[in-house]
Amino acid sequence: MINRLTEHRGLDSFDIRYVALIVAILGIGVLSIYSVTHGHQSGTAPYYLKQLIWIGLGAAAFLVMWASDYHHLARFAYPAYAVILLMLIFVLFEGRMSKGAQRWIALGPLNFQPSEFAKLVLILVLAHYYSKTPRVGWLQRVIVPGLLVLPGLLLILKQPDLGSGLSFVAVYAAMLLMVGVRSQALGFILLFSIMLFPFAWEGVWGSLHDYQRQRIMAFVDPGYDPAGKGYHALQSKIAIGSGELLGKGLYGGTQSQLKFLPEGHTDFVFAVFAEEWGFLGVLVLLTLFVALIWLSLEIASKAKDQLGALLAVGIVAMLCFCVVINIGMTAGMFPIVGIPLPLVSYGGSATIMTMASLGLLLNVKRKRLSLFY
Amino acid sequence: MVTGYSSESEFGDLHRRLFILRVGLLLVVALLGLRLWHLQIREGPYYRDLSENNRTRLVLLEPARGLIYDRHGVLLANNVPSFSLYVTLEDVKDREFLIQQLTDLLGLDTALVRKKMTTKGSKLIPRKIKDRMTLRDATLVESHRLDMPGVMIQVESQRNYPGGVTSAHLLGYVGEISADQLEKPEFLDLHQGSIVGQYGVEKSYDRHMRGMAGQKSVEVDALGHEKKASVVERPQAGNDLYLTIDVRLQKVAEDLLGEEQGAIVALDPNSGDILAMASRPGFDPNVLSRELTTKQWVEIVQDEGRPLNNRASQGQYPPGSTFKIPMAVAALETKTMSPSSTVFCNGGYQFGKRLYHDWKAGGHGYVDLHNALVHSCDVYFYTIGQRMGIDVMAEFGKDFGLGKATGVELPSERSGIMPSTAWKQKAKNEQWLPGETISAAIGQGYVTVTPLQMASLVGTVANDGVNYRPRLVQAVMDRTSGNLQELPAVPRGKINAKPETFRVIKDALADVVTKGTATKAKSSMVTIGGKTGTAQVAALRTGPEENIPKKFRDHAWFVAFAPVESPKIAVAVLVEHMGHGGAAAAPLAKEVIETYMKLTPQIPAVTSDLSGGNWPGRSAKDS
Repeated sequence: MINRLTEHRGLDSFDIRYVALIVAILGIGVLSIYSVTHGHQSGTAPYYLKQLIWIGLGAAAFLVMWASDYHHLARFAYPAYAVILLMLIFVLFEGRMSKGAQRWIALGPLNFQPSEFAKLVLILVLAHYYSKTPRVGWLQRVIVPGLLVLPGLLLILKQPDLGSGLSFVAVYAAMLLMVGVRSQALGFILLFSIMLFPFAWEGVWGSLHDYQRQRIMAFVDPGYDPAGKGYHALQSKIAIGSGELLGKGLYGGTQSQLKFLPEGHTDFVFAVFAEEWGFLGVLVLLTLFVALIWLSLEIASKAKDQLGALLAVGIVAMLCFCVVINIGMTAGMFPIVGIPLPLVSYGGSATIMTMASLGLLLNVKRKRLSLFY
Repeated sequence: MVTGYSSESEFGDLHRRLFILRVGLLLVVALLGLRLWHLQIREGPYYRDLSENNRTRLVLLEPARGLIYDRHGVLLANNVPSFSLYVTLEDVKDREFLIQQLTDLLGLDTALVRKKMTTKGSKLIPRKIKDRMTLRDATLVESHRLDMPGVMIQVESQRNYPGGVTSAHLLGYVGEISADQLEKPEFLDLHQGSIVGQYGVEKSYDRHMRGMAGQKSVEVDALGHEKKASVVERPQAGNDLYLTIDVRLQKVAEDLLGEEQGAIVALDPNSGDILAMASRPGFDPNVLSRELTTKQWVEIVQDEGRPLNNRASQGQYPPGSTFKIPMAVAALETKTMSPSSTVFCNGGYQFGKRLYHDWKAGGHGYVDLHNALVHSCDVYFYTIGQRMGIDVMAEFGKDFGLGKATGVELPSERSGIMPSTAWKQKAKNEQWLPGETISAAIGQGYVTVTPLQMASLVGTVANDGVNYRPRLVQAVMDRTSGNLQELPAVPRGKINAKPETFRVIKDALADVVTKGTATKAKSSMVTIGGKTGTAQVAALRTGPEENIPKKFRDHAWFVAFAPVESPKIAVAVLVEHMGHGGAAAAPLAKEVIETYMKLTPQIPAVTSDLSGGNWPGRSAKDS
């Protein structure tokens, strides 16, 4: 206790294990991006260099978040959410198209993806809301937060960005399940979801784009038509499987180097890594993620107040969801929904957002320790 | 009823739920790990195979086909680079769309392209869609390659015949292997799209010239674009051929025939080497070695002049009076006649109720063998034919190689017919009629021969009965070892006849040219011996020659050898529908012989002992 009293004034809350895990995972990401994109570009800056710039910006966001106070941030949750919603509306009309979706706002040479930042803002909004609302009544605990989530969710699905939309739902569900309702209510919610599923399915399925439906259908039987719908799923499985125990080595991943694997540096970066570093590499990466999530859960459970705990839970839930769904989809366990692997996949908005979230998480820890001071 | 929860209990609740989340998380990660273990460890080898197949394509490297030279090393057939369009079906995303693109871009026949893309075969092995593309087309495809995954342009060697139509029939042409050929054992190591000889020596020496295909392993990306190639097996070039022909003589022979249909064969009686073998009309093997449309094929095949027919080895004609040469040998050897015994010719030969005419209305009077040959007296030969009978004639005819293929290295050689009683029984299931013997005696009726057989026959006589198989290839150059393998001449035995017999006959044949029916073959340069012939086309003739439609007119024959004292060349000339051999065929033979003498000046000048009958190197005896 004495130790803590003396040490935990400042930098020591900057948990070095935590930072080391983040750096290690980022390193794996940069290496894989370097491997799959080296020599393919000319003229523009190579992807790995750009990713390093994103990481630099992400580190700044991380430090800012860490140094701030989440209580202050929470106060700006609603205005921030309003701004994000406006941005999402703007994207619908003025956004930059890419691969059949309109997700980006062009900021000079950079492309800014509001849906990524919407996730973090949503966590802030929900945490703020729940921390101020007594834990009674369906209306206050389920319906109202649900209505808060809905406009953002619909705008994101309209882009369309199924991955971010699902993350939205996941964050909402996780916070609902962790702190939103009483234990008995969980049973009701589960029952209700199962009963409502067919209707929800109809609504969701009907609103999906063709390519999204095809991807989901392809999930059922990827071997059916290698050049068509199931192509991505099959090539990703071949990439991962052919890595075997030790992998094919750096640059050795023929699947990704020869572009059989699409999106090797973004959504399917895990397959690239698995192909080049094999099952052993995969085990290392999984262990790093589990350790990071474990430490984050630790922070959540030791948060000094409800707001901190809710924030931490939301961030961990988002992280878990993205890691599991991304690895699961590249390994052919889930349909391909376009969710990047946090800290590993190439992407400015996602990298900065994830690192800011982790900074916020560390801020929750810092504030807990500062209580003793 | 419901009171607010204290923050304590909410936190307690949270801890419980976080614990469940941790357990859940571990379970999910374990599940992921299990899945990855399944993919990478249990099914790893399977996926590794898949990834190898994903990226490597085996591409065949076509060998360079052997070259063909004439006897003096003049190039007759070589290979030139040309662009070919290949498609790997495995890499094609939308087949119909690609067919559309290709036909739009290159103006190809849609049905043909579709047929080539849908025939059975591996999807991984590129298949040839178009060859002999122009540079412009190849560049066009190359520049659109990104839009057409699976398409590639290969530089290949394309057969080229610098001489064009010259020697076309004996060189032949090459073409893509047919489905039927692929089934045959001799083409076992070939594949769809392989180029094989389809005619001429290209076909008969295909195994020597085709070489062995190599393979290269090509690593491709997802669009089928080549990234890296490594040669697995080098292609082995085919062997070169050195023909016996002198292409200069060949050209002269072809030009002599000009627009007429016919054939000229010249060979060296001392070895059987074919010096020239012309057949008209001809074709351009460069065109036939390309891919033809059905329409082009039909045009060539239905051409009335049958340009693909090598009249020298495949054309069968009645020998007419040239047949009197083996008849004369038979008459002397069977002692049916002595050189001095005579027959009276009054212009016709009565047999039974029928009168067989001599070509000369008034007859030749008393003729001995010498004059019978010189003036081509039909009655003399009717008489000796009648005395010998068809089976004796057939025996001698066969000794001279009639009625059977010479065995020259050309596909589809025809054998002609040397009739006999047994032959007629077998072929027609009829009895031989005595009158037929009389027609046969002057080379009409059932007797048919090829110009090649006649050249060989006159060469054998010139060579005092020593006979060689006619041949076109004198040496094969092995490309791998660099050895030039000279093929020996193939002796085919000797006619069992006295030297005196040949002396008498050659003497007569020389006089045919100096004062007989073939004075138009008389040369100031070299002594020539020969025999004219006229092959009857239509049995019934009315009115003068000029009134008969050309296709019913007789064929003109002339067979010859020179120099008479020491023969170096034997020639057979056949010109279709040109009437008498003495007028139409003999001048051509003379021209060929004189050209050969000019081209081959080492032959000693005409001199010495014609009189003694004791010609150098010709002292073979019978037994």
